[in-house]
Amino acid sequence: MELKQYNLFFLYQETVALTKRLFIQLKRRPSTLLAGILQPIIWLFLFGALFSKAPEGFLPGVDSYGNFLGAGLIVFTAFSGALNSGLPLMFDREFGFLNRLLVAPLASRLSIVLSSFFYITILSFVQSIVIMIVSFVLGYGWPDFYGLGIVFTTLILLVLFVTSISLCLAFVLPGHIELIALIFVINLPLLFASTALAPISFMPNWLGWLASLNPLTFAIEPIRIAYTQTMNLDVVALHAPYGDLTCKSCISILFSLTVFSLIIIRPLLNRKLN
Amino acid sequence: MNYIQITDLSKSYSDIEALKDLSLEINAGILFGILGPNGAGKSTLIKILATLVEPDGGEVFINNINLIKNPRKIRELIGYVAQDIALDKILTGRELLDFHSDLYHMKKKEKYERIKLLINQLQMNDWIDRKCGTYSGGMKRRIDLAAGLLHLPKVLILDEPTVGLDIESRNIIWQLLKDLKNDGMTIILSSHYLDEIDKLADSLVIIDDGKVIAQGTPAQLKNKLGGDRITLKVREFSTHEESKKISEILSSIDGISQVIINKAQGYSINFVVDKEKDLLTKLKVELAFSKFEIFSLAQSQPSLDDVYLQATGKTLLDAEISMTGKRDLKKESKQSMR
Repeated sequence: MELKQYNLFFLYQETVALTKRLFIQLKRRPSTLLAGILQPIIWLFLFGALFSKAPEGFLPGVDSYGNFLGAGLIVFTAFSGALNSGLPLMFDREFGFLNRLLVAPLASRLSIVLSSFFYITILSFVQSIVIMIVSFVLGYGWPDFYGLGIVFTTLILLVLFVTSISLCLAFVLPGHIELIALIFVINLPLLFASTALAPISFMPNWLGWLASLNPLTFAIEPIRIAYTQTMNLDVVALHAPYGDLTCKSCISILFSLTVFSLIIIRPLLNRKLN
Repeated sequence: MNYIQITDLSKSYSDIEALKDLSLEINAGILFGILGPNGAGKSTLIKILATLVEPDGGEVFINNINLIKNPRKIRELIGYVAQDIALDKILTGRELLDFHSDLYHMKKKEKYERIKLLINQLQMNDWIDRKCGTYSGGMKRRIDLAAGLLHLPKVLILDEPTVGLDIESRNIIWQLLKDLKNDGMTIILSSHYLDEIDKLADSLVIIDDGKVIAQGTPAQLKNKLGGDRITLKVREFSTHEESKKISEILSSIDGISQVIINKAQGYSINFVVDKEKDLLTKLKVELAFSKFEIFSLAQSQPSLDDVYLQATGKTLLDAEISMTGKRDLKKESKQSMR
């Protein structure tokens, strides 16, 4: 992407303009934001109520099911938002607006991708913070300062990872119908095949394996630790079938996945944008 | 050297050859028309010039800059108005112009002055602060044109900008194009409207089936035809044999320099005639003598459509009709997506 020709100010100017456009769209059509907040809140209420009479000690290390569920829903909120991040780009492709952007002498066409990253990261953070506040009001706890840092770091990594995949799909798939269909297909199965709703010890062996390989699990478990105990990166966060993983290991795996995904989508973006 | 130099340009989409070794030269400061029926290759040529499509072969230079090697430098020179209007329906017109000016890295003061000027020039004051989604086709086209002009491009490329427009919007756009040309801007305008190209273009090229079939000023091209046109039909739908027989009878009349049988228009017979001679009367007499009735007979000055007819044996309208149903617009739209 013509790295040598970057003019940082121009890159900043065009990235701000592209991001601002996405936020104006959000302001005038806030349904995506509201749905992204309402859905996990409803889940929090319903699932919290569903298991409210579960016997004490039913779940290891937590007081209540709501306390357990919070981390999963925070991650699910960020994940769903990031998974949908390819949609605005897909619509721009379909309606020819992307071509309008591409005839402009952009300092780097990377700004189109960067603006999507900024937009979806901020949006996911806003949604996740609302879920965290609702969880707190419902009495499901609040992480300490160090824990908050872990929560946000984990969310940034997850959002970058999933957004890069979604943007990639937005360029590869023929239209928004196919993209929405794929989002439908992978969204809930990935949630259920993770530790968002139940610990691995509750799952059959095959599902335990799936859950312990699921990137969502690597994001959920450090956040769950941040919610349930004093944050310590060396504490075991996941009892996977292949061995125990600490918070640090989970975050490192998530970091590696993110870097890997950013590296593998780069040639595709180069091909599509240049 | 010409300002825009296109040499042996070729482009194919799977099994369709859109451009076949097309070469063109365009001078600076003129309005250059690209005329041809739908599917002739106009949009592909325009998209290559706008750096949106990479050609399979050939070269393009604009102001001595190689378009294929330095697309970013070319983008600084050009403004592009696409055939399909692409607006963000949620933004207001003013927000959209502000957005585009940031993509062209304009300074704050400069961009506000340009936006204000363009709003006035294109008469958009009354609706510029409404969302683009509420605009009529003409309003959308005007805001799209304004977006392409924000950075004062050296070359403005327009792909069928007046298709489906109301007369008011079309006249405003035509007047703006004339003003821009007078200010020294080079304008490339593709159209399948003959009158548009005839009225606006200083020079033009006619493209058919991905190839150049004629190039020059409108007057040069029409003068090359050598005289007026007479179109004759002996019945509404004749046969080739009948038309051939009549053309053989009539072609010996003094003053007729060429005869073309137009299959697409029911085998009508088109004569290129010396406009100084009263050939209509002579034709009527000769037809009566040969016992042919006249269904229609008309004389006119040569038009660009006649130039097209001369080169291809069909009118532009017929070419449009013959393309109807042959093009897979959905497939073409997918192919043009990044």
